[in-house]
Amino acid sequence: MEYLPNLLFLLVLFAGIGYFARNVKKLARNIKLGKDVDVSDHKPQRLKNMARIALGQTKMVVRPVAGFLHIIVYVGFIIINIEVLEIIIDGLLGTHRIFAPLGAVYDVLIASFEVLAFLVIVAVVVFWIRRNIIRIKRFMSPEMKGWPKKDGNMILYIELVLMVLFLTMNGADYQLQAMDSLHYVKAGSFPISQFLSPLFGGMSEATLILVERTAWWLHIVGILLFLNYLYYSKHLHIILAFPNTYFGKVNPKGQLDNLAAVTAEVQLMMDPDADPFAAPAEGTEDAAPEKFGASDVTDLNWVQLLNAYTCTECGRCTSECPASQTGKLLSPRKIMMDTRDRLAEVGENIDKNKGTFVADGKQLLGDYISSEELWACTSCNACTEACPVSIDPLSIIIDMRRYLVMEQSAAPSDLNNMMGNIENNGAPWPFNQMDRLNWKNES
Amino acid sequence: MSTELRVPTMAELNAEGKQPEVLFWVGCAGSFDDRAKKITKAFVKILNKANVSFAVLGTEESCTGDPAKRAGNEFLFQMQAATNIEVLNAYEIKKIVTACPHCFNTIKNEYPGLGGNYEVVHHTQFLKDLLDSGKITMEGGQFKGKRITFHDPCYLGRANGVYEAPRALIRKLDAELVEMKNCKKKGLCCGAGGAQMFKEPEKGTKDINIERTEQAIDTKPEIIAAGCPFCNTMMTDGVKNKEKEGDIAVLDIAELIAQAEDL
Repeated sequence: MEYLPNLLFLLVLFAGIGYFARNVKKLARNIKLGKDVDVSDHKPQRLKNMARIALGQTKMVVRPVAGFLHIIVYVGFIIINIEVLEIIIDGLLGTHRIFAPLGAVYDVLIASFEVLAFLVIVAVVVFWIRRNIIRIKRFMSPEMKGWPKKDGNMILYIELVLMVLFLTMNGADYQLQAMDSLHYVKAGSFPISQFLSPLFGGMSEATLILVERTAWWLHIVGILLFLNYLYYSKHLHIILAFPNTYFGKVNPKGQLDNLAAVTAEVQLMMDPDADPFAAPAEGTEDAAPEKFGASDVTDLNWVQLLNAYTCTECGRCTSECPASQTGKLLSPRKIMMDTRDRLAEVGENIDKNKGTFVADGKQLLGDYISSEELWACTSCNACTEACPVSIDPLSIIIDMRRYLVMEQSAAPSDLNNMMGNIENNGAPWPFNQMDRLNWKNES
Repeated sequence: MSTELRVPTMAELNAEGKQPEVLFWVGCAGSFDDRAKKITKAFVKILNKANVSFAVLGTEESCTGDPAKRAGNEFLFQMQAATNIEVLNAYEIKKIVTACPHCFNTIKNEYPGLGGNYEVVHHTQFLKDLLDSGKITMEGGQFKGKRITFHDPCYLGRANGVYEAPRALIRKLDAELVEMKNCKKKGLCCGAGGAQMFKEPEKGTKDINIERTEQAIDTKPEIIAAGCPFCNTMMTDGVKNKEKEGDIAVLDIAELIAQAEDL
């Protein structure tokens, strides 16, 4: 019986991590539904980007208030994880504060956890006020209605509760240490939770132990639940920001990829020796011709799908987007959220149908993203510049325009005129190529 | 003002067995748009004054394919690219200068993957080099103390990280460079990019060029400087819309320098 708590802890830990691993596997499978893309280049540059942008939070601080508060929560999250390590060891071995022999170092550690926990509470409260009282514009867009709004607040509530539990646990521990309670070794320094003393005043040792143990258990169970909430939430960014900044674009922002399939076709068309009536090469007769552009998530590459899961819906892209600022339907954040939601839907479909996707009559284009949104983009790269985690909504917009134009011939008529002019005269306007140098002699 | 422009073509130089140091890629706007042609000529005047060895392709030049690519027509883009690269490579072009950030971006970034490898510079970078090497000098008197705000073209700034060359040139004019609320990395688009120049905007509450012009007007400028023929059009339209064309001029950096040199 005396090992019951340890056993229970092991079970909870196993269940928490096991379920999370299952979700990670699903996530990886969904991301791999994207087309392959070679991102093995520029390794040093990619590592540098990850270190600067994800680890160093350089893009977050472009907006100083949100950036500063975010760094508190981020540092708090990372540092407090050292405490979680102690909690897990204690839980498995049935020890209490196993790192206590570290002495002065331990005091400093616990003290810094407490200060950070307090600062995280402050930051979370300010974040909540920004979302719900000040109602900052970028959190009020149409795509933020419903689940995204709830999700944003839910994360703040969970973080708040976890930090309060952590401080409650320490506060009760501090009282128990003062009482010389058995098991409660005198260790740690409690610069924040000592102020909770009035709350515990007059409590018996047994009650204090109950409070301490309850807070301890709820805290670790809460962390495991939070870990499993990630998969269903925009909060996935705490993990995916790292690979996403690594795999993010390393070329100049203005550079769009050249479609290799098109290059092959163009070469064939330009080759005077090519036989237009040639039979397809042996064995390739039945191969479906490659689809140009993207109408659904599986037409995108896996980095674009990773982008979608990484998006934390902060809306910096949309608030910088010139189309969005002037009331057009386009919102780069919505492009990412739609891509993710459609991908999740495709993933669920695969789960339901024993590993194969069964056509559901839906696709990203039309059912999620309208062509009106796509045509409003000026390709100015304000969104990609604003993104704190190197997401590239523009590449998805361009891929979907490619589908509209090359597979469906569904460009706005003005653009068809422009393209017709380029095709016929080598300029987007109806001027003769032979007149290209006339400016030289005009006064 | 009346001195004739010297604009040799690659075909002419080639016939004489000569190779220019740099090819001036004029671009469609620079060749056909009445407003942009003035920028082209201003730039050529400076090139002539500095005795730069250059040539243009003339009737052998064709659209880079940028608007087609951004509209989603990768076929048309690659057809244009293949044709242009064939011409450029046949003339063994090594260095290209252009006054259009869209041509600049496309040739610099998207042509290499299709077999076109050149050193490509924007005309503001080229002019800055001419100035730094003493090939042109500026008195600056004409613009002394004038308030000039610079509108960052997306395809020069964010797309390729060129923010300083145009600003350095404005400072050389002894002008007072004033920045808009959104500038450099946070520059607001004029509304023309991504093939928007050639279509009506989608339904919204405002046109993008009006929003940007308002930002420019907020700096109380005498001149809005641009570095892109499309931005120039959009900002000029915006200024007209605000009925400020009597107070605010929209000029390309090349025009500012040509004027400062009294060319």
